[in-house]
Amino acid sequence: MEIAFVIEKLILVTIIFGISLVIAMYSTYAERKVAAFLQDRLGPDRAGPFGMFQPLADGLKMFMKEEIVPTESNKWLFMVGPGLAMLTACIGTAVIPWGSAIQIGDHLVQLQVTDINVGILYIFGVVSLGVYGVMIGGWASNNKYSLLSAIRAASQNISYEIAMGLSIIALLLVTGTMSLKEVVEQQHGWHWNVLYQPIGFILFMVCAFAETNRAPFDLPECETELIGGYHTEYSSMKLGFYLFAEYINMFVSSAVMAALYFGGYNYPGMDWVLAHTGTTIGPLIGTLVFFGKIFAFIFFFMWVRWTIPRFRYDQLMHLGWKILIPIAIVNVVVTGLVIAVIEKF
Amino acid sequence: MEPLTNRKKVLVQKPLNLAERMYLPALAKGLGITMSHFFKKEATIRYPEQQREFSTNWRGMHSLKRDEDGRERCTACGLCALSCPAEAITMIAAERKPEEKDLYREEKYAAVYEINMLRCIFCGLCEEACPKEAIYLDGPIVPSDYLRKDFIYGKDKLVEAPLEKK
Repeated sequence: MEIAFVIEKLILVTIIFGISLVIAMYSTYAERKVAAFLQDRLGPDRAGPFGMFQPLADGLKMFMKEEIVPTESNKWLFMVGPGLAMLTACIGTAVIPWGSAIQIGDHLVQLQVTDINVGILYIFGVVSLGVYGVMIGGWASNNKYSLLSAIRAASQNISYEIAMGLSIIALLLVTGTMSLKEVVEQQHGWHWNVLYQPIGFILFMVCAFAETNRAPFDLPECETELIGGYHTEYSSMKLGFYLFAEYINMFVSSAVMAALYFGGYNYPGMDWVLAHTGTTIGPLIGTLVFFGKIFAFIFFFMWVRWTIPRFRYDQLMHLGWKILIPIAIVNVVVTGLVIAVIEKF
Repeated sequence: MEPLTNRKKVLVQKPLNLAERMYLPALAKGLGITMSHFFKKEATIRYPEQQREFSTNWRGMHSLKRDEDGRERCTACGLCALSCPAEAITMIAAERKPEEKDLYREEKYAAVYEINMLRCIFCGLCEEACPKEAIYLDGPIVPSDYLRKDFIYGKDKLVEAPLEKK
């Protein structure tokens, strides 16, 4: 039994890892296509039908490029940086419930690697670790642009984590649990948390944009001021890892948003579907719905990137500290009051 | 100082109102604009497969014309070379032999006719100067090449293909 459990989890981990890599890979393709469509262009269409093999070609290019390590850099940390960025991006997927349990034979398979009771805190921990990859890479490059950019990334992440945490506190007041599995289970059918916490959701989303270093908060990478940002000195697959980690981060934060606020694998009419498709196919449909929500969020990330210009650094800090945090605090207080009043009467 | 014109306008920067400071309404508007472009037809032309049509007054590569009997029209008068502002045209004239009567229309013809495509500015003055209607800039774009000497186009590239024998 113990061995079977380990094998089951191992398979699940491998599948999730593979899926997140493939999605990150094709996010690069999707990003270029979305950018092209939003700008009345075509995007990559040379490699394979509709350019479907473009990510493979890009990956191959990354591997083939010459690897340059700057002489004055700290070699060891220079190598650790991209690995750390990639690692922290990938381990966030461990606590996300991808679907309700599937029945195979008479065995229930949980579509979640681990259901720890502080799942939300775990995600926070991992996301805040993400800045170390950027920080170490930027510092080890021994380049002023990289260092400046790493400092920007660090201060940006720290500032926005506060507002993010506060918006989550309001959500915790509503759900009463920190286990992602239970949070998702509570949103059965139509009872999505976004209906109870619309302001919290908007705050969380804005902070997620900042945490993933995506436009309009992509200051750590802003080309006009900092050349390439923290990965100026990186080349070959190390650069590829940084770019890749950004897309995995985007995937993970889309999954978290979909799970926390948009009901995860729940959708209206799911009971009817479950009753008609059985306990094996039914949950899988829920998983597909979940992935549909994730893709919608990823598309939204890209849509925003190709719509609005980058914030200025002081505007970014102003928005984070003077607007988002007060709103988040008010949101927590109002939510608490409303819950107290409802419980009292 | 007195303003020199009455068109001077003093710009007053108004403080942003609440809706503007929230960013979100403007953001939604911007997202709407980009989304409307998502469904627009793309302006791209997939170049090697699709080619844009040239306009009717397009001036491209030169061609030396033949008359209705397939004889070269050029008589090497040199007016085109004279009119050329970029001095791109050189030619050497020769006298037609009796047996070459069906090759060249007049008694004098251009034995060598060269245009340096790197000098040419495609102004079309040679076309205007030609009294024999022998040169027209009706060809395609001059293709790229690696060496400067390969841009000097001789009669092999310039003269129209001979007429099909009936």
